[in-house]
Amino acid sequence: MSLLTPSIRPSAVARLNPISKLGAAIVVSLALLLSIDWVSALVALALEGVLLYWCGLSARQFWLRTSTLWIAAPFAGLTTVLYGRDSGAVLLTIGFVTVTDGSVQLGLAIALRVLAIGLPGIVLLATTDPTDLADGLAQVLRLPARFVLGGLAGLRLVGMFIEDWRFLSLARRARGVGDGGGPIGALRRFFGPAFALLVISVRRGSKLATAMEARGFGTAPRTWARASAIGAGDAVMLGLGLGIAGIAIAVAVWAGTWHFVLS
Amino acid sequence: MPLDPDSVRPVAGAHVRARGWGWRHAGRGAPAVSGLDLDIRPGERVLLLGASGAGKSTLVHALAGVLGSEDEGDETGELLVDGRRPADARGRVGLVLQDPDSQVVLARVGDDVAFGCENLAVPRDEIWRRVGAALDSVGLRLPLDHPTSALSGGQKQRLALAGVLAMRPGLLLLDEPTANLDPEGVIEVRDAVRRTLDASGATLIVIEHRVAVWQDLVDRVIVLDAAGGILADGPTGTVLQSEGERLAAAGVWVPHLPPRLPGRLPSRLPADLGLQAGGAQTPDLLLSASGLAVGRVPFARRTARVVAGGIDLTIGAGTATAITGPNGAGKSTLALTLAGLLAPAGGRLAASPGLAGGLGTEPVRWRSRALLTRIGTVFQDPEHQFLSGSVRAELAVGPHALGLAPAEQVRRVDELLERLRLDHLAEANPFTLSGGEKRRLSVATVLASRPRVLVLDEPTFGQDSRTWRELVALLVEVQSAGTALVFVTHDELLVDTIADSEYRLAGGRAGSAAGSAAGARR
Repeated sequence: MSLLTPSIRPSAVARLNPISKLGAAIVVSLALLLSIDWVSALVALALEGVLLYWCGLSARQFWLRTSTLWIAAPFAGLTTVLYGRDSGAVLLTIGFVTVTDGSVQLGLAIALRVLAIGLPGIVLLATTDPTDLADGLAQVLRLPARFVLGGLAGLRLVGMFIEDWRFLSLARRARGVGDGGGPIGALRRFFGPAFALLVISVRRGSKLATAMEARGFGTAPRTWARASAIGAGDAVMLGLGLGIAGIAIAVAVWAGTWHFVLS
Repeated sequence: MPLDPDSVRPVAGAHVRARGWGWRHAGRGAPAVSGLDLDIRPGERVLLLGASGAGKSTLVHALAGVLGSEDEGDETGELLVDGRRPADARGRVGLVLQDPDSQVVLARVGDDVAFGCENLAVPRDEIWRRVGAALDSVGLRLPLDHPTSALSGGQKQRLALAGVLAMRPGLLLLDEPTANLDPEGVIEVRDAVRRTLDASGATLIVIEHRVAVWQDLVDRVIVLDAAGGILADGPTGTVLQSEGERLAAAGVWVPHLPPRLPGRLPSRLPADLGLQAGGAQTPDLLLSASGLAVGRVPFARRTARVVAGGIDLTIGAGTATAITGPNGAGKSTLALTLAGLLAPAGGRLAASPGLAGGLGTEPVRWRSRALLTRIGTVFQDPEHQFLSGSVRAELAVGPHALGLAPAEQVRRVDELLERLRLDHLAEANPFTLSGGEKRRLSVATVLASRPRVLVLDEPTFGQDSRTWRELVALLVEVQSAGTALVFVTHDELLVDTIADSEYRLAGGRAGSAAGSAAGARR
């Protein structure tokens, strides 16, 4: 299962503490959520694009990982163009739908925003080992070990769910109910195994919890075998995050497009 | 394997003491264990036996301090490890459970072993020293960042053992640690336990119904009485001699008392009669594979990863074919392919016109319902194939899908319920049955639609000697009625008892990308 031990290509970004990457991504996202305008989103996106160079993602990995974004962004934009708040010159009217200067600008801003906010998150996931992220959450951010490690151990079960699901589907075919019945049959074939999967996974989860408890988990203060520390590189990462956010806002204000959502 | 004497330092073995101890699980009428009086001296090695339901696991879980709090059950009497309650003796006691998959906590080998030490607040430098030593002592010489998901069952159990050893327990508890392993894995784990006990001097309590695995390692056998207290307690040889018959009847695999099969065994056919590669044109031929390659399509991929190839095999009516080989050789994948559930990754699998009955020759292209009367499959984990809320409804799934008349459905279901002694459970939920009952039901559900080929994946896994005997008797009966049996197994006794021929897949261990699949026939 590659979910928990992803093959991460060594790169400057992959070496950083996951917490600094998380921090930078959050700073940029928050800044972009403060306004809806195309200039700030475009500037942030362009600066993020430059940073991608140090992430060590191959072209294939990059397009594969970000594929959902490239679909979501245009759709979000198009929806806004068609149904968003209208202002300025009317460009097109079809029934309920009016396309105006304002809604086009808004749609563009939304599409760019989805990309600019989504990209750092995806890069974070693609260059981070879940175990390292858990170490950072527990040791740097001091979140309770019980939740962090419980979650991490639970993540391992996801791989098993996939395996269970595969067997459940094969078993339905073997038992004569694997096809037919039209859309209702298809629906039934989905929910039948879903229940069995639930039973099987609850049982597996409780066994895992027993095994963890037997190894002394969740009692007293614990030590950490792996150190998760913040270094100079992490300060740079956070600085870059703040920088991208600051520059994006400054350029938008200078260009006069900044529109504070809370005002 | 020589151990670094400093690495697994002798620990003082723990002392176990029970006085009138008992435990009743919340919501149950009868206690799981009651009236237990017991003393186990430091360094003793104890095999814990008893019929299923005698409370072996309950005792071991209690000693590990994981039985739960007061609202999960009622405790009576006193149970102490080194004079302390088990919950206060965490770290003195290490527990390894049966299921290899649900004991791995972390994603990398080194981290997983370190987990227990972290919880005991061992300093970081010391943790990594212990991790290295523990992995050495169980013979698991892998890089520390090796993914735990790539380990075989035996390796996972040794990993769990290493994780426990790194905590330096004075009492090692093993709850059927080898029940789910292939013979190779069983030996790996047993030998690792022996080495580490020799080095550490810890006390051992092991539950296992296959006595032969542990009898030379333990020096004392304790038999729990399902009615409460202890049935027998003493040196290994003495107890097995005096209690052997009673234990065997209760399902324990006693080495000098192998399970007896009811009735007559079919006379064994000469090894390859009617089954040799050249004899593919026998009239009762059902399935034939030539140059078959099998593999599975990994998640989110389009092409299959081949695990075994170059397979030539024929299945005739009334024959029993065993598929054997090490873990990861592709046995289950081959079985699922023969069963028409997975598409061949290469080569050809053809059903004879007699079996296909007007359909095409490729079983994987048949509709789900068409498989029912042709090829039935019993999965390794019975829970994967249960679809209904009651045993009766479960048995009716096949006959119903076939569109049989309601009267005929009821007749078939009633007949199976009675024959497999499941009639008293007809309204029970399949998920609540015991291991042996689940296995019987999973075979019965397939028999209900009367397939001409029956494919079984590890049918005897984890069965005690009583349920084993029942299952084998059933398979012999099915076979003599003309059904072809194909079964994947590690169980040599099963192969010796019912197989006409054995097809051995000689793959690499689990974790290697692809096994070379030179098949060999016996």
